[in-house]
Amino acid sequence: MGILIDESTKVLVQGITGRDGSFHTASMLEYGTKVVGGVTPGKGGQEVHGLPVFDSVAEGVEKTGADCSVIFVPARFATAALREAADGGIGLVICITEGIPVLEMLGNYHYIRKKGIRLIGPNCPGLISPGKSKVGIMPGYIHKPGGIGVISRSGTLTYEVVYNLTMKDLGQSTCIGIGGDPVIGSGYIDLLEIFEKDPDTSGVVIIGEIGGEDEEQAAEYIKSSISKPVVAFISGRTAPPGKRMGHAGAIISGGRGTAEAKVKAFEQAGVPVADRPDKIPELMKEKLGS
Amino acid sequence: MKIHEYQARELLEAYGVPVPPGKVARSAEEAASIAKEIGLPVVIKAQVLVGGRGKAGGVKPAHSLEEAREVAGKILKLTIKDIPVEAVLVAKAVDIRKEYYLSVTVDRSNKKAVCIVSASGGVDIEELAVKEPEKILKCYIDPLQGPDEKALRKTLSSAFPKGLLDQAVEALLNLYRLLVDKDCSLVEINPYAQIGESSLIAADAKINFDDNGLPKHAEVEALRTAEEYSREEIEAKEAGLSFVSLEGDIGCIVNGAGLAMATMDLIKLFGGQPANFLDVGGSSSPQKVLTALQILTRNRNLKAILINIFGGITRCDDIAKGILIARDQIDLPVPLVIRLIGTNEKEGRALLEQAGLEAASEMTEAVKKVLEQAKAGV
Repeated sequence: MGILIDESTKVLVQGITGRDGSFHTASMLEYGTKVVGGVTPGKGGQEVHGLPVFDSVAEGVEKTGADCSVIFVPARFATAALREAADGGIGLVICITEGIPVLEMLGNYHYIRKKGIRLIGPNCPGLISPGKSKVGIMPGYIHKPGGIGVISRSGTLTYEVVYNLTMKDLGQSTCIGIGGDPVIGSGYIDLLEIFEKDPDTSGVVIIGEIGGEDEEQAAEYIKSSISKPVVAFISGRTAPPGKRMGHAGAIISGGRGTAEAKVKAFEQAGVPVADRPDKIPELMKEKLGS
Repeated sequence: MKIHEYQARELLEAYGVPVPPGKVARSAEEAASIAKEIGLPVVIKAQVLVGGRGKAGGVKPAHSLEEAREVAGKILKLTIKDIPVEAVLVAKAVDIRKEYYLSVTVDRSNKKAVCIVSASGGVDIEELAVKEPEKILKCYIDPLQGPDEKALRKTLSSAFPKGLLDQAVEALLNLYRLLVDKDCSLVEINPYAQIGESSLIAADAKINFDDNGLPKHAEVEALRTAEEYSREEIEAKEAGLSFVSLEGDIGCIVNGAGLAMATMDLIKLFGGQPANFLDVGGSSSPQKVLTALQILTRNRNLKAILINIFGGITRCDDIAKGILIARDQIDLPVPLVIRLIGTNEKEGRALLEQAGLEAASEMTEAVKKVLEQAKAGV
């Protein structure tokens, strides 16, 4: 089954006429995702890969019945695109766009939440329920249908972990890149809660990194509320304090957000932490008792 | 992005927060003439973007013009945490009765702006936050509603006496306005100093900006000091690479920040030391690989280079082309280990093989190999 998206999810691509939007629309279609159209203000009536382009999300929803949108627009238009998706009747919004100012995201976060809409990202690779639907930019072929849920703050590191899982015959129910920014729509806890209820998910892999305290909070939550096996990996053990490591969120400041603190929090919650990506499948198999 | 104290003071002043009279000087002579203009005594403060200036001897008072000249001259010859002091702030020395603390920043867990206030400001605020957290007061601002003045006043009234409360509330509202207007990640006044009976003044200021907001604010970008980044870091940024130099000897070129950090961690796990963090980013062109190798090979400590690519948006054949171009254009002084997997892997490998290069497909294998080669080269 997987979570959030499946073969029936109808997807609108915001920014479909752009370079990235167009390229990844083709890749999603090839994977089998039900992409039903795109939105670029002022370009309504055009076609991209045989799909209709609409001037607004509301129009796209009305004409196609889309329930999910994926945003590829440049950072300076992202806030408008996010709010348009929220106003247009979309239930699940995936924002791939990188570089949205944090203060804009604060407002966007509350605006979207108030409407009861789920946001994944920004600055994320999207999500995939292998064999069913891919709404994002990850290479589809490294995935394999199965029972492991993956939640990650990273992009390519997620591919690395998924590749290792697939090689060791651990297929995935749904893999979600939640994004590397300080303020994101859905965090570990939001998604752990859904994975816990998903009958097809037997275990969850969490891929964290330095910065913030999301991993520590997730560890607390797992201890109190998650019965399924969880295995974690933390990147940035060697990163020096005060330096931003690419992701806006990956910075150690004021002695907080260190890899050590995160590893300790997970271990105290009974979550084994792999010291390298290729050890994750082993730890998961031990936890699953197979 | 960080800015200097003298720049932060100017911004605060523009937003209606009082600061002591002062100006920036780049020579001892200039410092003396500013001291004459604003009146003695003055305090002379090194302008560098690192903490611990006071302890390094970078903040000193001066009671005469000769002393101002002498002190400024000495501070301008200092190097604080490897950064040479190129400017000093000459500010009117004020008689501080009490030090408060005031700041506005973003709380990522609560997804709100947070005001942090304390009646015990000064250099030990971080220690205080750990030892006596009850002395640090917080008040959140809903980003859609804006500041709730009544709630702010209530929080501030626990820290400030009645006679100072109005000023403190106004200052805090101004700090929030500045935070939002300029996409700051931190606006901090410490100490927020009580002068005489009834006035408050920003005796020191720190403002950091959200890098994602900079494209919106050319006037903020203009405040950038080269000092925050090394020459290599600036060059990398211009080429669209994300680069941080480190102490070790194993150069890394990776796509994606998370994978780049994980690669550094793995090098360390097997007993090596990474020389850098380098993320070539998505949709990497061959040119980016060339620039990355040019930057890395300038490091004299370098013993070997690892290129670790998991193709997604990044195509393995683009990376392979970049490696081949680099091999033609620069003389690689150290062994190169390549790991290629993902999008267009077959095409990438074929290109490398034609040129007599091989690529690993597993990350652990590649890391072990680069460490062996680094050792063999010593």
